[in-house]
Amino acid sequence: MLDWLTILTLRASVITVLVSVGLILVGLAVGQRVDMLPVQASINAPVYDELFRVLFSIGTMLFLGICGLLVYSLVRFRRQPEDFGDGAAIEGNLPLEIVWTAIPAVVVLFVGLYSYNIYERMGGMAPLADHSVMHAMPASDPGSDDRVWGGISTISGETADLTVDVTALQFAFIFHYPEGNITTGELHVPEGERVELRMKANDVIHAFWVPQFRIKQDIIPGQPTVLTFTANRPGTYPIICAELCGPYHGGMRTSVVVHDRGAFDQWLTKNTPPVA
Amino acid sequence: MESTSELPVSLIPNHGSWLRYLSFSLDHKVVGIQYLVTGFLFYLVGGALAGMIRTELATPISDYLSREVYNEVLTMHGTIMIFLWIVPVVNGAFGNYLIPFYVGARDMAFPRLNAVAFWMIPPAGLLLIASFFIGGASQSGWTAYPPLSLRTPALGQLIWIFSVLLLGGSSILGGINFIVTILKLRRPGLKMMQLPMYCWAMLGTSILVVLSTPVLAGTLVMLAFDIVAHTGFFNPAIGGNAVVYQHLFWFYSHPAVYIMVLPAFGLVSEILPVHARKPLFGYTTMVYSILAIVFLGLIVWAHHMFTSGTPPWMRLFFTIATSFIAVPTGIKFFNWLATLWGGKIALNSSMLFACAFIVNFVLGGITGVALAQVPFDIHVHDTYFVVAHFHYIVYGGTVFIIFSSIYHWYPKITGRMLNEPLGIIHFVFTFVGFNLCFGPQHWLGMNGMPRRVSEYDPQFTLMNQISSVGALLMALSTLPFLINVFHSAWHGRVAGDNPWRALTPEWLTSSPPPVENWKGQAPHVEHPYGYGLVETNP
Amino acid sequence: MTSLSSASSSTTASTAPATTSATDSTPELHPSSDHHLSGDHEEHHGDFRMFGLVLFLVGDGMTFAGLFAAYLTFRAVNPLPSGGVYDLELLLPTINTALLVISSFTFHRAASQLRQGEGFGCRLWLLITAALGAAFLASQMLEYFKLPFGLTSNLFASTFYVLTGFHGLHVTLGVMMILIVWWQARAGGSINSESHFGLEAAELYWHFVDGIWVVLFGIIYLL
Ligand code: HEA
Ligand code: HEA
Ligand code: CUA
Ligand SMILES: [Cu+2]
Repeated sequence: MLDWLTILTLRASVITVLVSVGLILVGLAVGQRVDMLPVQASINAPVYDELFRVLFSIGTMLFLGICGLLVYSLVRFRRQPEDFGDGAAIEGNLPLEIVWTAIPAVVVLFVGLYSYNIYERMGGMAPLADHSVMHAMPASDPGSDDRVWGGISTISGETADLTVDVTALQFAFIFHYPEGNITTGELHVPEGERVELRMKANDVIHAFWVPQFRIKQDIIPGQPTVLTFTANRPGTYPIICAELCGPYHGGMRTSVVVHDRGAFDQWLTKNTPPVA
Repeated sequence: MESTSELPVSLIPNHGSWLRYLSFSLDHKVVGIQYLVTGFLFYLVGGALAGMIRTELATPISDYLSREVYNEVLTMHGTIMIFLWIVPVVNGAFGNYLIPFYVGARDMAFPRLNAVAFWMIPPAGLLLIASFFIGGASQSGWTAYPPLSLRTPALGQLIWIFSVLLLGGSSILGGINFIVTILKLRRPGLKMMQLPMYCWAMLGTSILVVLSTPVLAGTLVMLAFDIVAHTGFFNPAIGGNAVVYQHLFWFYSHPAVYIMVLPAFGLVSEILPVHARKPLFGYTTMVYSILAIVFLGLIVWAHHMFTSGTPPWMRLFFTIATSFIAVPTGIKFFNWLATLWGGKIALNSSMLFACAFIVNFVLGGITGVALAQVPFDIHVHDTYFVVAHFHYIVYGGTVFIIFSSIYHWYPKITGRMLNEPLGIIHFVFTFVGFNLCFGPQHWLGMNGMPRRVSEYDPQFTLMNQISSVGALLMALSTLPFLINVFHSAWHGRVAGDNPWRALTPEWLTSSPPPVENWKGQAPHVEHPYGYGLVETNP
Repeated sequence: MTSLSSASSSTTASTAPATTSATDSTPELHPSSDHHLSGDHEEHHGDFRMFGLVLFLVGDGMTFAGLFAAYLTFRAVNPLPSGGVYDLELLLPTINTALLVISSFTFHRAASQLRQGEGFGCRLWLLITAALGAAFLASQMLEYFKLPFGLTSNLFASTFYVLTGFHGLHVTLGVMMILIVWWQARAGGSINSESHFGLEAAELYWHFVDGIWVVLFGIIYLL
């Protein structure tokens, strides 16, 4: 036999479940459709965007859920004129409180682990490619510039197809190609090949950022950093200094040009200074 | 609950002339108001600087301000807003005004120390402003990262250091005072678990202040040595290490964000039950979540440094620890929602700001958790996405709660009510302006606009202009507010002792309260949130 | 009873009329009493101030902790250029350590003398403590002059001077505090066997400064 209370509770549970399912569906739908990021121009970018979609889905669910609950309460439980009474004196509800501690805990744990998986796939967790340099770091070579600090690295074992030395200074980037001995202010890279940037700063901290590649790394004086990426979409993209470095920080930008292999070789030969 | 409303008006003590607000007063209420008014004046200054930022950014080229001045303006905007507006107001102003009432005391534990702490603020602030006119203010951002801060004009940077040291010192003295007052000055018989939630929030905040601010002080002294004595702590050119500064700085400045928001959490916990006429939901878990936030807040600082070349294991640790702050914070949010659920909600200005706080903060918190994920952060670090994140929290969260609190406690402080229609106009302008201003910045950041620039790619013009219009609306929104505050002080409806029929102790005395808070003994409030349990007369 | 504790702890107190006379004419507007303490208020108030001091020292300790952390990190990741030394001379600092540790005991001695009502003994031991502190400072100065590096020689040197200098500043303040307490403990002064917050505060501070030195000695000289 069902009394009223049970029916009410049942009804409430059904509504809760329906609303939650609705929220999840809306969140997923929005997350899958969202298109807010610049074009994907490196193999990194789709991986990043996958994480972004997941975060966006979860965020949408939480945000809509909480705002919905809030607005519903404000409308449903608004004070009627001339009603000076108090609401029900409910001071807590242990099971409920456990639920809303547990759900965020599970969510953030999932998000944390998932984003680590993403980071791993980007190569962020890989030990730096140049082991010898890494281990030479402490003490043995005092005061030298050889200390390499993390950035996004090559996945362990793989080596870079092209290495470029990057020097950042107020207010420019200088790219030096050891292969060919080219020095330029504009980065040129071949499509689909792994490029390793070895970056150092002359004066203050700068940062190397290409939004279309979804990568960024600070360039720190005294602590060279490594950043690798594989561009996979020919075109010209901005390189932006993202760390405040002085008055012209906003003007410290240049471009990276992604060529297909043939064009890149042409560029290389054209710009290689004749050997004297 | 006997109120003092039957007392003849003449018994309500005359507070003397307004000049005592300029004096070295030892009365905690006077000190609280001193903090509030000073903080608000600095808010106007910081806001005017923000206005300059948004004016410059209304066009993609750097035209309105010189590049150096733009950097000075943005540095001072951040510094003033944090150290001279948010921190002094949510801690100093409301803390001093309310805590003695809440613990049933007649003043703070160390009134003289209290006055000293307050009077350190105006000189520090004036110095900062003065630095604009004597050789230029600091240009290295509110974070003052070396080596940049070692290369920008030294005088401005040193004044900045000195001011922040003063403000930090003030904050430490305040923190000590709050801890002692809350723990030791409680009216006999008043248990910790009966304290209004704001006390717990201030206890947690003050613990953070005492543990983390001194580290900033030490760091800034080292920075000053680097500038003045040419030591090389943070100067890689002579063997130093710039990243160590970042660790030390964020060891303070991450907890500082909870110093800016925990008191606001406390205030909102006072406001919601009153206007929803329901007990604060989940008191115990609220307390534990504050303590959890304090603890976690101390061990997540490196999430500001994911691109600074920190080793992978460190990133892993800081991602997980940071993400977990969502759990205790979430507990608080769900408890607030449950407090509203089933209440009898009066949707007045105070409540509107408080509810908008929930909306804004959840958004800012969600972007915060996203930022905590290393791979996500790598793309958006140091972009407008971060600017949007923290304005959603510091403005949409804390500033909204400051306004909510002013609407809530103004009757107590002045004895008169604020005007509701004006309050609602203020709210609408602020809420719309705020979202217009900072909403588009999320998109800007993700699509390639770095922060701290005075010029940008023309493709971002439209969104920046929307943002600037939003800022204009926010600036306009202060008008109805100011009119309201001044007009109501003389012509507002007389509030009576307890216009909200609230149960926390500050309402159980006259408005404004007498010098020693109560005419008789301090009332013993067993149920500060006993709505529905305790009789409250309409 | 102070005005704070005048209300009874009964749960119905909120409706109780304000009868206790102390309440209304209360002179203790400012409960911490920056004023002079008398009689039975003292325990209560002394307690607060001590607690406040402890909190202050926690904060101060964090400043040192930050500096130590910086020092250790520098050492771990920024190797010294040749010529900068980690191995400092040990003799003088060891003597220094001994001086400070002993001075903690002498201060303790002074305090217990006072509690026993031995004003003269107390002041004597205070003087000895101050002398030990001064000797520490002198010997620290001596060490500074003998060192082969200056403030800006290298990272290690800078950190060394800032850490020991900051600590030296604390010792200097401590010695001054001891001398003030010594003066106040004279016959008829404000510190006596009944009222001795100032002395206890100075003692706690001194032990703190002493403790910091021991850590500092371990980290900088021994490590
Ligand atoms: C009051 C100030 C304040 C507060 C409270 C916060 C709160 C948080 N912040 Fe924010 N932050 C700043 C002020 C603040 N921040 C400032 C000023 C900066 C920039 C500094 C500078 O560089 O100039 C910054 C920068 C910043 C960064 C660095 C970005 C970068 O520079 O690249 C990160 C990264 O992790 C971060 C994370 C977080 C997180 C995870 C929280 C969390 O505490 C948020 C927790 C809250 C919620 C999550 C919402 C409620 C919870 C729920 C409804 C439960 C369910 C939720 C989930 C399961 C997700 N913040
Ligand atoms: C902590 C609190 C806080 C608050 C409340 C605000 C409030 C605002 N902030 Fe701020 N902001 C920071 C903290 C805060 N900010 C920090 C820490 C930074 C980082 C700095 C750095 O990178 O180092 C920052 C950076 C920052 C930037 C990025 C600059 C850059 O990176 O280049 C921008 C850009 O839009 C901005 C805008 C605004 C706006 C429009 C407001 C508005 O909400 C302001 C609204 C208020 C008003 C408009 C006042 C109205 C009054 C008047 C206008 C009266 C006129 C006054 C006189 C005539 C005296 N802020
Ligand atoms: Cu280089 Cu900003
Ligand atoms: Cu942080």
